[in-house]
Amino acid sequence: MEAHVATPGGAPSIFEGAPGARAADRVFRSVLTALALGILALIVFFFVFLVVKANPALSRFGIFGFTFNNDWDVSRSTYGAWPLLVGTLITSGIALIIGVPVAIATALYINELCPRRLRGPLTVLVELLAAVPSVVYGLWGFLVLVPKLKGAQQSLADTFGFLPFVGGHVAGPSYFIAGLILAIMILPIVSAISREVMSTVPADHKEAALALGATRWEMIRTAVLPYSRSGVVGGAMLGLGRAIGETIAVTLVVGNAPQIGKSLFDQGYTLAAVIVNEFGEAATDRLHTGALIAAGLVLFVLTLLVNAAARALVSRAERRQRATGGAVPAGAAAAARVGA
Amino acid sequence: MTALPVISARRRRTDLFARGVFAALTLVAIVPLVLIIYYILDKGLGAISWHFLSTDPTGNFLGDPGGVKSAILGTLEIVLIATALAVPIGIGVALYLVEFGRGTVLGGVVRYFVDVLTGVPSIVFGLFIYTGLVVTHTLGSFAGWKGAVALALLMLPVVTRSAEVVLILVPDSLREAALALGAPRWRVVARVVLPSALTGLITGGLLAVARAAGETAPLIFTMGSTLPTNFDPFKQMNSLPVQIFNDVGQAQDRLVTRAWGAALTLVAMILILTLIARTLARRSRLT
Repeated sequence: MEAHVATPGGAPSIFEGAPGARAADRVFRSVLTALALGILALIVFFFVFLVVKANPALSRFGIFGFTFNNDWDVSRSTYGAWPLLVGTLITSGIALIIGVPVAIATALYINELCPRRLRGPLTVLVELLAAVPSVVYGLWGFLVLVPKLKGAQQSLADTFGFLPFVGGHVAGPSYFIAGLILAIMILPIVSAISREVMSTVPADHKEAALALGATRWEMIRTAVLPYSRSGVVGGAMLGLGRAIGETIAVTLVVGNAPQIGKSLFDQGYTLAAVIVNEFGEAATDRLHTGALIAAGLVLFVLTLLVNAAARALVSRAERRQRATGGAVPAGAAAAARVGA
Repeated sequence: MTALPVISARRRRTDLFARGVFAALTLVAIVPLVLIIYYILDKGLGAISWHFLSTDPTGNFLGDPGGVKSAILGTLEIVLIATALAVPIGIGVALYLVEFGRGTVLGGVVRYFVDVLTGVPSIVFGLFIYTGLVVTHTLGSFAGWKGAVALALLMLPVVTRSAEVVLILVPDSLREAALALGAPRWRVVARVVLPSALTGLITGGLLAVARAAGETAPLIFTMGSTLPTNFDPFKQMNSLPVQIFNDVGQAQDRLVTRAWGAALTLVAMILILTLIARTLARRSRLT
């Protein structure tokens, strides 16, 4: 592609264009490279900036003190994020326990069991859950789920009261309601990634199982699940990352009490919710602002760790797929669709 | 010819049971969507009228609460600005990854960091813009353009990921044919790669827009909220998600009704965008 291209009759190639074409190419390449480097710079700047701004709180309480002290009290200016961190982990944990089995079942049903005609519509219906905005989930949760499920929560708490962290007082807004809403919100992403990974299971494996006389379920158990396990776990962890960072819906239904709730049905608080609720009053207080930014930083680091692990698992599934000749990385298309 | 192996009754039962469980759980997965749409229609449809769409919220404690005009227009304008920022940059980064970064160390690092950005919670973007641009009073306090920047940060990785997926699908033989004719790289990209991937790029962009339009947390921190319609992005602006969030917390029925109406408007806007994007995506896969 260097130098001149000979064309019949000696006319210049139609693509030859102005003599500046090579220079233009260099500019083109540098601009794109600069954009790519800009992304890297942005993230590094992002992190450093937040650390600097969180410093008033981090230097006062120490990183460990801030993260693990069970004491968040604005009136006394003490900020220990432990109750918020625990709230975040409990609500996301509930979301995983409820959401992941449903998501995997949905993926299996759509991919392996349902009539071909239903496949498209079912996929759209499940993935449309990702198009509902967070604030609408919050609105629905706050105005419908919280009042309607109060009785159900009470009877659950009474029936299973012998278990730890279950019995006792039932608040309207609670960890449980927040976890339930989060479960619905992470369903589309976990399901989409699982489906994408499951569709990479070679047809040979499935047909071999069926040819040996396996029933559909036995085929799923022996061929589909083992092959797609790491990808499915990765999808679940991406869902976890989503649940940890989810803000508005949780803020509306978790109750916003800055202590560790006594049971699943008690009110609590999460890292993201505290930032939304308190940033207004904190504006004139450097320590308080610092504490909120530090809470954001804890959230950031938590999601980074979870996502890094998830990506590693999903990309392991991808690499295996590439070895068997797949064209597009598993999960990439689905992830783009549900915005992961 | 041997007979097919007989499947024992126990195995048959297990199989039926497992299938039944999967089908039932799939049904369970669809219930929330149906419920949410039912409630939004049930409570929101009554709120929607020409008056609702064409008046600003009044903020009066008693009497007519007004509609959501400023919120709709604010959301449209902010998302438009965010798209104008995020889509060119996002596609640029994706072009780098596909055209120059394949198999290079820098390409791998950039791809990884884009993935990292995807996982960053939207509230952290909001906090970043809040501390970086709002607290420092860069060009005023809360302002529409700061909200747009926060949304653009959020959209950037979504646009890049989806653009990369479709750009990779453009066959290398097309690129090589154009290069062999002596075309410089930038013309290959502008005249061959981008046009072939156009539908897919639009799909990705629309999905990113749909995602950004519903975001609340980054806007609360950056754009503030104001009642009257305002087109000046250097001042505070209203938006549908923030309007809903503010109205939900009020204990007044008429404000709660307005929240349902606004939710219906927002969900309708986003669903339409999503369905257009999906239709385009399906069509591009066929051709």
